[in-house]
This record gives sequence, C-alpha cells and structure tokens, in this order.
Amino acid sequence: MPSTQAIPAALRFWHLPVDAAKHGHALDAQLLLNLWIALALVALAHVLLFGTLASRRRTHRPVHKFTLEYLPLAAFAALFIFLSVRAHSLWAMQRYVGAAPDALQVEVTGMQFAWYFRYPGADETFGRTQPQLVSPAEGNPVGIDPNDTHGKDDIVRSQLVLPAGREVDLTLRAIDVIHGFSVPEMRLKQNAVPGQTQHLHFTPQTPGDYAILCTQVCGLGHYRMQALLRVLPAAQFDAWLHQQEQQAAQQPGDPQ
Amino acid sequence: MSAPSQNLGAPSSRGFIALKWARIGKVARAIVSTHHRNIGFGYLTISTIAVILGTLLSWAMRVHLSWPDWQLPLHGPILPEEYLALVTMHGTLMLFFVLTVAPQSGFGNLILPAQLGARRMAFPRLNAIAMWTTAGALVVLLVAFFVPQGAPISGWTAYPPLSASALAGPGEGLGQDLWLFSLALFCIGGTISAVNLLTTIVKLRCDGMTWPRVPLTVWGWLTAALLSVMAFSVLLAALLLLFCDRHLGSSFFLPRGDFINSVLLPHRGSGSPLLWLHLFWFFGHPEVYIAILPGMGLTSMVIGNFAHRRVFAYRLMIVTTLLIGFLGILVWGHHMFVAGMNPFAGTAFAAASMAIAIPATAKVLSWIATAWRSRPSLTTPMLFALGFVSLFIAGGLTGPILAQPILDEYLHNTFFVVAHFHLIMAMAGIFGLYCATYYWFPLLAHGRILSERLGKWHFWLTLILAYTTFLPMYLGGLAGEPRHYSRLTGLNAPAQALLGSTQMIQLHITGAGIALGLAQLLFFINLILTLRSPRRAGPNPWFATTMEWAPHTFDEPTEPSKDLPALATFRGPCHYSEDGASFLPQWEPPPQQPASEGE
Repeated sequence: MPSTQAIPAALRFWHLPVDAAKHGHALDAQLLLNLWIALALVALAHVLLFGTLASRRRTHRPVHKFTLEYLPLAAFAALFIFLSVRAHSLWAMQRYVGAAPDALQVEVTGMQFAWYFRYPGADETFGRTQPQLVSPAEGNPVGIDPNDTHGKDDIVRSQLVLPAGREVDLTLRAIDVIHGFSVPEMRLKQNAVPGQTQHLHFTPQTPGDYAILCTQVCGLGHYRMQALLRVLPAAQFDAWLHQQEQQAAQQPGDPQ
Repeated sequence: MSAPSQNLGAPSSRGFIALKWARIGKVARAIVSTHHRNIGFGYLTISTIAVILGTLLSWAMRVHLSWPDWQLPLHGPILPEEYLALVTMHGTLMLFFVLTVAPQSGFGNLILPAQLGARRMAFPRLNAIAMWTTAGALVVLLVAFFVPQGAPISGWTAYPPLSASALAGPGEGLGQDLWLFSLALFCIGGTISAVNLLTTIVKLRCDGMTWPRVPLTVWGWLTAALLSVMAFSVLLAALLLLFCDRHLGSSFFLPRGDFINSVLLPHRGSGSPLLWLHLFWFFGHPEVYIAILPGMGLTSMVIGNFAHRRVFAYRLMIVTTLLIGFLGILVWGHHMFVAGMNPFAGTAFAAASMAIAIPATAKVLSWIATAWRSRPSLTTPMLFALGFVSLFIAGGLTGPILAQPILDEYLHNTFFVVAHFHLIMAMAGIFGLYCATYYWFPLLAHGRILSERLGKWHFWLTLILAYTTFLPMYLGGLAGEPRHYSRLTGLNAPAQALLGSTQMIQLHITGAGIALGLAQLLFFINLILTLRSPRRAGPNPWFATTMEWAPHTFDEPTEPSKDLPALATFRGPCHYSEDGASFLPQWEPPPQQPASEGE
C-alpha cells in the first residue's frame, strides 16, 4: 500500500500538505491508494483509446460476449467494493463514535468573517449563549449570557490553541450563515450550520502553526475568513491555558 | 437566413414597404413558429449566448485570481463580492442554460423526432412556450448584473441563510430575487420541455420502432427527461420556499435566532438550512446526469457509426442508461458528507454513489470494445466522441474518490472537486455538443459538412487545452486549495504558506483557460466559412444507419401535410457488414421477404 513515505520524492507529484493529526496517516494512505488506482486506470484506458486510433487492422468482434461484458465489470465492482469498505471503516472510526469523555472541549463559532474559539474554563462547562448578545465590538463575540454563572470563566479567543497528543472535541456553531471549518493539515472539514451544533473530534500530533480556513462560501469576506491553529506540546499548553484562565478571571470574555 | 434581396431598378416606396413587411413577416413567422426545428435552433441560440457570456465571466475570474489588482476595462478592480457574483453567474449560465438546454432541448428538438421516424413533437405549442420561457429566464438572469448591488454571491447552489437575507451581503437583495425568478421560469420551461420529449418518445415512434431498436441517443434523452420532470419540480418547490423565507417571514430554511450582520432575523418558527441542501441536491445531482446522458447516448451511436459496427452490448447499454438515471436520484447526499448530515446517512449515500461507477464502467467498456480494432474512420465527430470517452474517464474516475466520505473530509470544496466536475460534466458535455454539431451539421445546414481540416485542429487543440486547464486543478485541490476564494494573497501566515504553493498552478490554469476559450474561435470560423460555401455533401455522408438520415427527411416542408410518405423502421441501428464496407440503415426495407427480427 503506497504511503507518502514509501514514494520517492520525484514521483510525489500529488503534493499533500503536512499531515499533523493522528487519523491523517490512514486518510492519506486511502487517498493515495485511490489516486494511484485512478491514474493506472486512466493510463490503461488511454492506451486502449490510442490503440483504437492507431489500429489499421479490422478484426471480428461479436455484438455480445458474456465474458467480455460481465467479467471486467465484476472485477471493477470488486475494486469499488474494496475501496468502499476501507473508506467506510475509516469514516466509521471517526464519525460513528463521539470523542472520549476526557477529550478537551472547545467550542468553535463561525460568523461573517471570523472564527472564535471558546474554552469552558475551570468549571469545565460552557455558559449559555444568546444570539442577540453577539457583539465582537463589545468583547462578546459568541454572545455569552452574563446571567449564566457557567459563562463567567469561559475563555474566548480568536486563535485555536491545542495540546499535541490529546483528543479534542470541537463543538461547531454558526451565528449567521453556513461556514466551513477546515484544517487541511489536520485532514479535517465540517460545516458549521446555523441552528445546529456539530461535533468533530481528532487528535493533533505535531506541534506547529496551521491554517484554519472557511470552505463554504459565506459572503464577500469568505476568502479572508481564516484563523490560526497553534498546536503546543502538552506542558506548554497547560501553562498557556492556566495563563488564559487567570487573564479571563480579570477581564472576562475579552477575545485575543 | 433570408436570401439577399435584389434591388431591381428603382422600386417605388410602396415596393420598399412591401419588401420590408415580407421580411419582417418571415422573421415573425420563425419566431412564433411551433415547428420543432425552429424551436431547436431557438434553444441553441440561447445556449450560444450563455456559453459565450459564461466563458467571458470565467476569464475575468481567472485573470483576477492570478492578478488580484487587475483592472477590468470599463469597470475597475474586481471586488471580492464581484468575484463571487462572477462565480454564481458563470455556474448558473453554464449549468442551466448551456449544459441542460443545448443537449436536451436544443438537439432534442432538432434531431429526436427524425430519429424516431416522427415528423413533429407531441405538443408543438407547449414546446414553443417552453422555449420562450427559457429565453425569458436567461434575460431575467442577466438583468441581475445591472440592478443595485449586482448579481447574487451565493454560488449556483445558493445555500441559505446566505441566500435568504439581503443582510448577508451585496447581491443578496434584488439580485438574488432575480436569480430565483429566473430559475423558477427555467424549471417551468424545463418541465414542459421534458413532458413534451417524453410524450414524443412514447407516442410518436414510427412503425417498427420497437424499444430495442430505439437508438441509444433517444434512451439518453428519455432518461434525462424522466429525471428533468422529477428534479425541476422539486427545485421549483425549493425556490418558492426560499422566496417565502426571503419575503413572507416564513422559516423553512432559517433557524430560530439567526443573527446576520448584527440583526436578529424576525422569522417565526425554526427551520434548517440543511433542508435546502437536501432539496437542492435532490435536484442538483440528477441535473448533472441530465447534462451528460444525451452526450453518452450520442457517443455510443457515433462510435458505432464510424467503427462500422453494432454497439457492443446494446441491451446492456440501454439498461445502464436507465440505471444511471435511477441511481442518480438516490445519491444527492454525497454533496453533503461534511455539511452536517448524520454520518450513517453518509455511509448509505456513499454506497449508492459508488454503485453508479458500475454502470458507468460498463459504458466505457462498451465504447472501447465497439471501437477496438475496428479501423474506424477518424472523422471529426468520431474524434469528439472518443474525446468524450477520454474526458469521461479522466473526470469520472475521481468520482469514486469523492464518493468516499472520509476523503471528502479533505477534498470537499477544494479545487479537486472543481477539476472533477469540469472534466466530467463541463468538458465531456461540451465534447458531446461538438460531436452532435459536427455529426448532424449536414442535416441542419442543407447538406453542408463542416471543414474536416479545421475540425481536426479544433478537436486536438480543445482536447489538449482542456486537459492543460483542468488537470492541474486536481493538484491544486490536493494541495488544499479551497474553491470560491477571490484571492490567494494577503492571507494569514500559515494559510499563505499552505496556499502559496498553488499560485503557480493557478497562473498556469489562467493561461491555459484563456487559450482554451480562444481555440473555440476555430469552430466559429469553420461555421461561418462552411455556411458561406455552396458545397454540399450527399444525403448520408457518414453512412449512418439511424432514421434521421433517411433521404429527404430534412428537406420536407415545415408545414404538416398528409401527402408525405409514412416512415417505417425495419431493424435496430448500426447494421454494418462484417468488413464494415456496406450497411443496412433502419429505414431500408428488407431485401426480399420479411427478414428476421432486427434486434
């Protein structure tokens, strides 16, 4: 089975970005396997097509021939079933089950044209939100209700900081229109839809800075709706979170 | 085209007026005509206008993407919202007014009755109404460019809430309303046209045109018409619901508490944007089969014609056409794997989508088996049919990749998808249309044949440039580049690092795309030169076997008459001798006593 590592650099003309999430390797392997199969079939079909153009001899060919009609078809069916089953097992692993109970909880909110990330704070519970309270200018971009005590210690930031090696459970929300939450280097994509919440869980592995893009056209600023994902080693992340919690205790709800 | 009037001496002013009236009368008669051939040309005119405009819009998009500060002449720089308006209008024009109208309604009207051995369509007046409704739809759509704030920015898929409120951005006011109105008209016209087509196929086949003898082109039109009736009715309903959400305070597609541009929408009830996605794609996926099925049918028949052979596995080809249509209405969810749909539903839609690969593969196998070692005549229509097969494979084989939900997690809404549908739907669709034009031109232009020399140049240049333009989009998508980005510069640092690598690819695509458009001038030059030339070919220049090539069919007067001979079919299409040198067309009576069944 081909993988990014197994293929010599010269042949790696499908350039995929770095793969920094735990599930990324299996996804890439499935993708590359598919790409090589497709390339091989395209090449084979074109050899036959050019053979047709070049052939100067005419041979007999029956109008029906069971083996010629159905045997290749059976082989293709087997191939497609094989690929489907492999893809399904990966999909099920990621989507059929939720995050582990001890996964880090972060809420992601999309609005024209920014992403906001909310950490539940020391009480490990997100405070209630109200759409009419949403006001980035007044320091309440996700609309935290001041009457809910759970919201007092919530930390809202404009970049997503995560620890390496720990599972994260993202809760996706959208305030206004549909946005697409996508982190190519984490092989993640999920729309945030107004009126419903989506969960997306994954484990970032390699520390570094990654791009968060909007991948669902959401208005004139769609192209600039990006944010930063910073993956830190676990110890650094704990220090960062601690610092944020202290800051939040002083000035609640001020996004940075 | 009226013959140039001759000025004989100095006619009186009364003579001038009479001449003028005669000419106006002729144009007026063609306009109000209910003859299917005039209507077919009407549809092709609509498509030609749309394809030229759509191409110009795509050029503006390409140039802007490569040089974001470029000033559009007479306009100035292209703003981000204007870029999205270009995307929306390009998609809407090409998908609806080119890829749906031209193969299905255009060539459907021009060729379908003759191919069935019929002299008319079932409902001539409805047919004319449908064409004029479609023309009206095009006008309404284009008006959207000229209203305050311009054309809509929500893409051809118009996902709410973006498309549901004028607060969501420029173009979402009157522009989006015009878009809705235009498509509603289009749905009405499309449904009427499809009903007419279906009735014609079922009721007006000539004597002896049994179902197994019906050409595969007709099977393609039939399946596309069945899909049209279902898909366009659902889209029409969805458009009306969206209109209600926009103007009557309903909330089919709007959740409670939607907060756009610092305004809480005052809608009652709580709906879901996902409902729109379901309704839209229930239409949208069959739509792409409506665009491509007639081309698939034509490709089969043209390959059989020029390979001088029966189409390999003819019955299987009929079954797979119907099967592709049937599965086509069960797979809409594969556009929604990461849109917020239940992941179990994702698996079900993935399985149905993968299943389509099997009838599609059967078609490719038949095309190759029919042409293989046949020593085909490599005429321009045959080349375009083989080009269709090539593009169908190069675009189609990424279909099963995108049908795997886990891979959509990476590829959804990237340029990989753009490459996929431009190759399989847009380019294969256009190759189908060129194949139809080159192939049937003698029937439509009083026996003239388009220049083969120019045609071959046109074919090879178009094929090479189509691949040069759209294949690199796969690579851009694999590198992570999203669609609908009006510029790739000035992004945050990691995004710039990620997408910067695709800038060279994008530059290359821009150049190739412009060249691809320019290469089409060869076709228009060919068209003009051929139409001006007096040279005529014989009655059946391709040695074709299907009914539309029966002698005199196309020279008959357009007025219905009882004196015309009855048409009859005696066998299935593509009866060629073993060496391919002689053939028996469908209209030729059997040599002696009634021979064995054709099929």
